[in-house]
Amino acid sequence: MNEVITAIRAVPLEHYVVLSLILFSIGMAGVLFRRNTIILLMCIELMFNSVNLLLTAFSAHHGDPGGQVFVFFIMLVAAAEVTVGLAILVMMKRNVDSIDINQINRLRG
Amino acid sequence: MQYLFYLFAAISVISALFVVAARSPVNSVIALIVCFLSIAGHYILLNAQFLAAVHIIVYTGAIMVLFLFVIMLLNLNKQVEPRKSVVTRIAAVAAGGLFLLTLLGAVKDGIGLARPDEYDMAVGLVASVGNSLFTTFLVPFEISSVLFLSAIIGAVTLGKRDKADVNPVAP
Repeated sequence: MNEVITAIRAVPLEHYVVLSLILFSIGMAGVLFRRNTIILLMCIELMFNSVNLLLTAFSAHHGDPGGQVFVFFIMLVAAAEVTVGLAILVMMKRNVDSIDINQINRLRG
Repeated sequence: MQYLFYLFAAISVISALFVVAARSPVNSVIALIVCFLSIAGHYILLNAQFLAAVHIIVYTGAIMVLFLFVIMLLNLNKQVEPRKSVVTRIAAVAAGGLFLLTLLGAVKDGIGLARPDEYDMAVGLVASVGNSLFTTFLVPFEISSVLFLSAIIGAVTLGKRDKADVNPVAP
């Protein structure tokens, strides 16, 4: 049974941290970089997933299942968030006939 | 084994860059699916089998298909996206890079680990995660179903047309 932990710890935890940070930064730069709202939602998903990967890596390296349950909850919340976000996007396309994020800066009904 | 990690890491980073850089939204969705599949590979390398299955089912199977459906139904793929100004784009890349440098500086001294003899081998298997989910985290699990219900109602309310829009000439 000890080969499981040897296989997991063959990759240092720091490498997972660096990978997650790179993915999170790409997602954050993408949110600032693009104007298409659907790509912005995808970049938010990318940031969610980098955090999920980091929580799973810590959970697996420390032997604590709580982190993986937390990742499960993050997936639930992300699914709900995408549902509402895409509904808002459909409404935005219907009302202003555009999904450009710069069009939605007036804050009025 | 660790070569697989670096392979999956390279695939994740390159496809994530492609998500941001692609011109067409459909290409972005495909790149994001590749990125999610490589993250599922990371989960399997970490012995998190339950999360790998749930990740593929929920993200790749449900959420990305939802994105593709919205792109298809709204016909967003043909739309020419106006780009941000050069200054804004340079500032976006600089902000992302500086953010990465800040976080790397915060973790550069290393992270402590639990000793191998107190390690629980069953972590990440379905039995372990399920046991934890239905004992310690039972109340948040039940509350998340309420969250889902509110998300469903919110999506239906937002997506429904007003009656005045559907039939404007009716009295």
